Amino acid sequence: MTDVQWEPPTGLILLRHREIADINSLDVYRQYGGFEAFEKVVTVMQPDAVTEEVKTSGLRGRGGAGFPTGLKWSFIDQSNWPHYVVANADESEPGTFKDREIMESNPYQFLEGVAICAYAIQAKAAYIYLRGEFWDIMETLDRQIEELEANGLLGDNLFGTEYSLRIYTHLGAGAYICGEETALLESMEGKLGQPRLRPPFPPSFGLYGKPTVVNNVETLANVPLIITHGGDWYKKIGTEKSTGNKVFSLSGNVERPGNYELPLGTTFRELIFEHGGGIPNGRKIKAIMPAGASSSLIVATDEALDTAMDYESVPNVGAQLGSASVIVVDDSVSIPWLINKTIHFFKHESCGKCTPCREGNYWMAHLTERIDSGEASNDDVLLLKEVAEQIQGKCLCALGEFSIEAVLSGIDRFTADFENAVAD
Amino acid sequence: MNPIEGANETVKSLTPLASKYAEEIETILAKYPPEERRSAVMPLLHLAQRERMYVDRATMREIGDILGISATDVASIVGFYTLYYDEPGGKYHVQVCTDLPCALRGADQFLDELCERLGIRPGETTEDGLVTVEEVMCLAACDKAPMFQVHSGQGLSYYENQTVDNALKLIEELRMMATRGPGHYESARSDGND
Repeated sequence: MTDVQWEPPTGLILLRHREIADINSLDVYRQYGGFEAFEKVVTVMQPDAVTEEVKTSGLRGRGGAGFPTGLKWSFIDQSNWPHYVVANADESEPGTFKDREIMESNPYQFLEGVAICAYAIQAKAAYIYLRGEFWDIMETLDRQIEELEANGLLGDNLFGTEYSLRIYTHLGAGAYICGEETALLESMEGKLGQPRLRPPFPPSFGLYGKPTVVNNVETLANVPLIITHGGDWYKKIGTEKSTGNKVFSLSGNVERPGNYELPLGTTFRELIFEHGGGIPNGRKIKAIMPAGASSSLIVATDEALDTAMDYESVPNVGAQLGSASVIVVDDSVSIPWLINKTIHFFKHESCGKCTPCREGNYWMAHLTERIDSGEASNDDVLLLKEVAEQIQGKCLCALGEFSIEAVLSGIDRFTADFENAVAD
Repeated sequence: MNPIEGANETVKSLTPLASKYAEEIETILAKYPPEERRSAVMPLLHLAQRERMYVDRATMREIGDILGISATDVASIVGFYTLYYDEPGGKYHVQVCTDLPCALRGADQFLDELCERLGIRPGETTEDGLVTVEEVMCLAACDKAPMFQVHSGQGLSYYENQTVDNALKLIEELRMMATRGPGHYESARSDGND
């Protein structure tokens, strides 16, 4: 009920398995109120009211774009049926490993989120698109979905109403680009995972050309508690514009890498030094990539470390929060080596549809390899920058755009590293 | 005609995938709207790789026939996605992530030493044809590097916080399992119909 005053003991909303043992069993999940939110929406709430509650919460998409979730749901075209929900479980951004933990350890909360979203847009079928490497998770989810059907929590005429819902899993096969929502939809349709020209956006033209909501796993896992405790409760967590908790995936040169669920607006310093235990081997922090390999490199100054990790503040230090996959880089790391790594990733993962991304990353990889190996001249660095700038703004999806973030910010902000690399 | 019923008949008339996995194929097709059977191409390819870890031309044609698309469409899917193979490799693919977060935790050195001690280079298969070691992109286990996954037709398993010694021990176990197992690998090698 929305009027219940509820304060979680240490503030966990998503990684509740860290406080409640065996919440990955349906019995235990239900003992803690599991599926009461879904029953409530199906039996007493109008679909629009569900969307309104999510709007009130201020929840924004956790896949990286930060788009307001309730608003996305409200865009669903009511004149074209059927509607679909597709959960984006293609988690593939280097540095991101949060959805995996949610699905492995708190799976029913995620599934309940999928179900509530489906009811809100009156979809009778929802698909979970998992990256191919999540094979074990898919098999477990399949069993859990069967169990929900056996318990009358999924299937026909739910809770004695007219509403029916099936959830299906769909396993990908290794392609980063399928995390892009329109490439994901193409892939689900049995085609190459290549992005579509937008608009139209999925809420009007999605899976099989039908209105579709595509939401990230973490986004959906927030929804049951928003319904149970109310959007007003949720928006008290975090900052005014970036509400709620976020699972920060912390990796790289840090003492205790891992997932940390913290309110949006927590500073980099708190995450990296308090929770993550700081930098190992007596090294100093040099750079931060807050959005995985797709991120600009932030120079780890005191000002940057004291910056709040929310959608509005991170741009002040020259990057985006994205999926909040915080990669920590210490002072032993050469930035030319680092961008050689990220560019080889994007070269491999470019889907090949847009020439600037396909060819640009190929040529950038040649250049970064040469620069990293110490065989380049300063002209190669200038050429690298030029190629990167030519990719900018010329691709259908964000992959091309993301591929140059580390390159351009690296050259601009860590000039000395490049001077050293070409000096010898 | 209900296209799924149509698929039933098509399925029964085909070999060998359809005769071997009729039930699994029906379950997969039932997930998608009857007029959108093409969606089943990825799960059917996973199914086809279950025993031999690669998909030959005849199987691509068969999958195309089940779904009402061309063999070329199926081949393009096999080519696009990294977990599908169109030629035989090791029975087990040991896939080490060397992306940035893993590399910051020593994944490059891990891969080099592992390959050196196995006497192969990344991308190559051990002499007994059982184990292929590959360098792959992010596997969403960045906090537990060095790490790798073992991909066989039966599924995928993660091995995290690894040392080279651990990995070599596991590879030994996989080899034992392969040589004592049901012998799918040998039969795959001998009846390749490409």
